[in-house]
Amino acid sequence: MKTPLRANRDFLAGLLFIAIGAAGFSAALSYPFGSVHQMGPGFFPRVLGAILVGFGVVTLASGLRSGVRVEGEWGWFPLATLTVSLVSFGWLMEHVGVIPSLAALIVTSAYAGREFKWGEVLALTAAMCVLAVAIFIWGLGLPYPLFAFEFGR
Amino acid sequence: MDVLSNLALGFGVALTLKNLAYCFLGVFLGTLIGVLPGIGPLVTIAMLLPLTFGLDPVSSLIMLAGIFYGAQYGGSTTAILVNMPGEVSSAVTAIDGYQMARQGRAGPALATAAIASFVGGIISTLIVAFFGPLVGKWALEIGAAEYFSLMLMGLVFSAVLAHGDLVKSLAMVVIGLLLGIVGTDVTSGLPRFSFGVSELLDGVGFTVVAVGLFAVAEIVQNLARKEKVEVFAKDVKNLMPTWADMKAAAMPTLRGTALGSFFGALPGITASVAAFSAYMVEKKLAKDPSRFGKGAIEGVAAPEAANNAAAQTHFIPTLTLGIPASAVMALMLGALTMQGIQPGPQVMTSKPELFWGLVASMFVGNVLLLVLNLPLVGLWARLTQVPYRWLFPAILMFAALGNFSLNNSAMDVYLCAAIGVLGYVFAKLECQPAPLILGYVLGPMLEENLRRALLMSEGSFAVFVTRPISLAFLAVAALLLAAMVVPAVRQKKELAVEEGASGG
Repeated sequence: MKTPLRANRDFLAGLLFIAIGAAGFSAALSYPFGSVHQMGPGFFPRVLGAILVGFGVVTLASGLRSGVRVEGEWGWFPLATLTVSLVSFGWLMEHVGVIPSLAALIVTSAYAGREFKWGEVLALTAAMCVLAVAIFIWGLGLPYPLFAFEFGR
Repeated sequence: MDVLSNLALGFGVALTLKNLAYCFLGVFLGTLIGVLPGIGPLVTIAMLLPLTFGLDPVSSLIMLAGIFYGAQYGGSTTAILVNMPGEVSSAVTAIDGYQMARQGRAGPALATAAIASFVGGIISTLIVAFFGPLVGKWALEIGAAEYFSLMLMGLVFSAVLAHGDLVKSLAMVVIGLLLGIVGTDVTSGLPRFSFGVSELLDGVGFTVVAVGLFAVAEIVQNLARKEKVEVFAKDVKNLMPTWADMKAAAMPTLRGTALGSFFGALPGITASVAAFSAYMVEKKLAKDPSRFGKGAIEGVAAPEAANNAAAQTHFIPTLTLGIPASAVMALMLGALTMQGIQPGPQVMTSKPELFWGLVASMFVGNVLLLVLNLPLVGLWARLTQVPYRWLFPAILMFAALGNFSLNNSAMDVYLCAAIGVLGYVFAKLECQPAPLILGYVLGPMLEENLRRALLMSEGSFAVFVTRPISLAFLAVAALLLAAMVVPAVRQKKELAVEEGASGG
């Protein structure tokens, strides 16, 4: 059976390499290249970008030849949930203080797991908040307010 | 006796109450977290890294090193009891260790692992003490061209020895190098790849990359996978190995130590290669190789000794040359850089208390590890049963808060989330993260030495092949690459890496 391109492991990897390499190369175009004698800031990134595109092409081609599939299902749900939990944590830390941010992080991320029991998650949240405050705020002396509702900043 | 007086200096540093306490704390926390199932040394260190930044450089390095071998030992415990190794190096231990546990010999397996690690650690630390200074002295005399070629060789090693496709691993090295460029260029002062984000002017934070790539991506992988594992934690009794066990494990331990010390000192070769080759050697030497994979004690002792020996000798290239031997060492180097210490051969002369304090603390740490592990083995065994659904939010919490605290900025947390997404995609496409992190750490040094070498040679690339030492490094790298193109060699390597990774 033929592997569709969207499930072709090395085709996708090659595509990703080409994209990163091309992005790096084109972003470096605005930096002076200098000369081989006196490398400018654009020299190294442009060379690397080009090499990466090359590796990408080779990987893509070998993917087309072998047709190896991506193994297993993509875990989009846990990935999205964890990303949301991290991003919301970052934002909340700057606006509402440590405890609400941590609570949001732990509850949201726990939701990514296979089992989610409210009682357990709340107990975990409480325990982790105490641990985090003990280590980071009291232990390391980080100057973050535990609760601070400042949306004006 | 130069080494002795230096060691005396080192013990003077390592045995202060403060550093002793940090060493203990590191070993304890490292084991505590490393023993939790599915958490390898890399994630443990990445997670605990921010805790050490408030300390002075010597103490923080001592604590980090403690975390490292604690985590490594904790990983072996998990490998033996749960057959769920946190990283490839303990996967080798899992092959026979888990079988021993299934036969009700978890206690002797754990004790053998502890003792073999201890012996490997102590002997290889002696090697670090004697050979480290020699390498450092030599490194002071080599020029930019040699340095560039040496780093290139290390990067090629890391790609060749990574699991999976060579081209993809090389591409990951290049991505790491590109990632290392982000920030203000030291020579021209021009901001590169910062896209107007002021937080990026100092580059992508080191823990941001490490945590995103290893912790976040790994959690998603674990959550997306469904597996049932059998835990043999309940029958940990009769801890002490019998006399016959000890005798059977003695020579494999020493051979493992020798192999591990040797491989560990080469840049780019990870402890897992050392552990795996030690295992293979024992299998070859055994009178009855069929016992391997069915609970042979040699199969626990040799890789554990090799593993830990390599873990110590990794510090030789890392500290004397500034070239990390593995992803874990890349983390250590990153931590040093964040402390404002530029790693390289000058560290040993300008900061002897750092190098010798660390070497002395390795002795202390290995003793602490043994003292801590033999009596606490029951506690560690119980910890392996903590359900993952409690663990991962806690890991994420440390990761997020730790990253936030470095610059008091949410940007680092956002970046970490983004790198986590990228890391997961890489993992699904079977692109190895270890070469990337090596590239990322070495990137700035590689560029700087390339620039310097070309400046001095007036733009001639011939300098890399006309200087004999540089040529030798490049030749080794080229040979290795060429060997991988030969299908038979490649198949053999794939087989070896695979067998190690699948863990029986």
